[in-house]
Amino acid sequence: MRPDDRKYLESHEWIKIQGDTAIIGITDFAVEELSSGNEGDLVYCDLPEIGRTLGDGETFGEIESVKAVADLNCPLAGEVIEINTAIEDHLEILSEDPFERGWMVKIKLSNTDDSNLLDAAAYEAILAKQS
Amino acid sequence: MPFIQNSDDDRAEMLAAIGVTTVDELFEQIPEELRYRSRLPIDDGLSEDELRAELAELASWNTTMDSGSFLGAGLYRHFIPTVVDSLQQRHEFVTAYTPYQPEASQGTLTAFFEFQTMVAELLGMEIANASMYDGCSAATEAVIMAANMVRNRNTVVVSRGAHPYTRRTLETYLKWTGIEIVEAPLDEKGRTNFDGLVDDKTCAVLVQNPNTLGVIEDIEAVATEAKANGAVSVCSAYPMSLGVLKSPGEAGFDIAVGDGQCLGTPIAYGGPGWGLFACAQKDVRRMPGRIVGETVDGEGRRGFALTFQTREQHIRRAKATSNICTNNALIALRGAIYMAAAGADGIKEVAMHSMAKAQYAAKAIAELPGFELAYPESGFFNEFLVRCPRPAKEVNKAIDRAGLLGGLDIARWYPELGEDGLLLAFTEMNTRAQIDRLISTLSHIAAAQPVA
Repeated sequence: MRPDDRKYLESHEWIKIQGDTAIIGITDFAVEELSSGNEGDLVYCDLPEIGRTLGDGETFGEIESVKAVADLNCPLAGEVIEINTAIEDHLEILSEDPFERGWMVKIKLSNTDDSNLLDAAAYEAILAKQS
Repeated sequence: MPFIQNSDDDRAEMLAAIGVTTVDELFEQIPEELRYRSRLPIDDGLSEDELRAELAELASWNTTMDSGSFLGAGLYRHFIPTVVDSLQQRHEFVTAYTPYQPEASQGTLTAFFEFQTMVAELLGMEIANASMYDGCSAATEAVIMAANMVRNRNTVVVSRGAHPYTRRTLETYLKWTGIEIVEAPLDEKGRTNFDGLVDDKTCAVLVQNPNTLGVIEDIEAVATEAKANGAVSVCSAYPMSLGVLKSPGEAGFDIAVGDGQCLGTPIAYGGPGWGLFACAQKDVRRMPGRIVGETVDGEGRRGFALTFQTREQHIRRAKATSNICTNNALIALRGAIYMAAAGADGIKEVAMHSMAKAQYAAKAIAELPGFELAYPESGFFNEFLVRCPRPAKEVNKAIDRAGLLGGLDIARWYPELGEDGLLLAFTEMNTRAQIDRLISTLSHIAAAQPVA
């Protein structure tokens, strides 16, 4: 079971809301799909500049493995206030700890209505259908 | 496919198969009175030997580039060493589709890895791709790359001195992208005036050096202006000129492009060209086109493979970096062979010769009554615009009658510059005798004019 203190997107991003800010990352499933279980296969992560305003679902960056490039989508609208620069040169963090140390961006939410997002159970159900 | 004639027996068999007895029966729908029954007025066949002689005779009526050509305007006739044809025509390289599979194509991949190194060095940039279609598409892709590098900016400032084909390609590509083209005009010195045009809406600034009028632009100032406004600077350079001129990299540009025809490819019906494309290492993920990288195989031996393919359209679909997924690989290979054969010293030597010949001609032509250089205060490399005492079209006819190929009637592309502008180009291929004949032809035109 994935952490239920946060919400999910079908495209495998998670968002953890803390008051009027939130941190965003990608799930262990996304990391596994991109890297085929080989952490060295993740080669690049492009994160947005601080201050950029993102809309609901807007692409804010991309993550690249040796086989594919995937977009990173922002679950809820807001302004980027911090990025996790630690992962840019240490993508293995994403394999080791995608839900905590592997967070990607922190945003100041302009939309706190997360009722359209998936909870952990709904996300798990989608993964179960895919496998 | 070989041509094998049908024998009478073959014909009889085919006619029997479709149920007719003679070929004429197949044309029965055509009324008898409309059919031509006489022998066609075509001469008897010639032997190969006779045919060659006849064609040589016909060809001799042409004024060819060997007689002396002063036409440039984007394509330039430089000497091509025999090694270029000889290596390029090796059957390992000549295929219908350029093979990039690392397990089968180490030769091609090695050649393009070397190619990228030489292109990057020539343009003074950190990294180059394995070429684009031509200079026009390279410049256009550079602008699109720039638009992807900066956010919330949607105008591109393009010098009017950029080649008209480049500007037209740009217009076509950008038509539905939401990126607006702002044209920077040329001033009285033939240089681009970017004043007040580059601002916080500008994603890219495109300048060509030398520009289409032959004038050397103040490219450092252009790069600085772009940078000061947060825009991406793009320079399209004539590769051979870099033997003597400052490279885009030295001048501080973010992206450098150009057309590689001058490096080892003859001028044939306007090309073919190939595009040079180079940028900074940090921007490699936004760079369009194929990129060959160095790696090791399973046994630890040095080898080469395409890299960053995850960004190409066969994997990234609509979100691909670029939708150009091929290039002019075989022609670009000629460029690689040329650059390797000439070396930096060779390119410098060619550039010096071309420039010296243009200087010699410019000095002499400027002294002819009625003729003057259009931009006497501006520097040029191997091409310059001359103001003639008569329309350039007529001057070109006179040059043609002298058995030479004239320059470009500039009104064709720049009507605002009037009908008397003739753009003349010089390379190491123009002999002193040819240039002197050009000068003497022009002097007769000058003499025919009443002196004021």
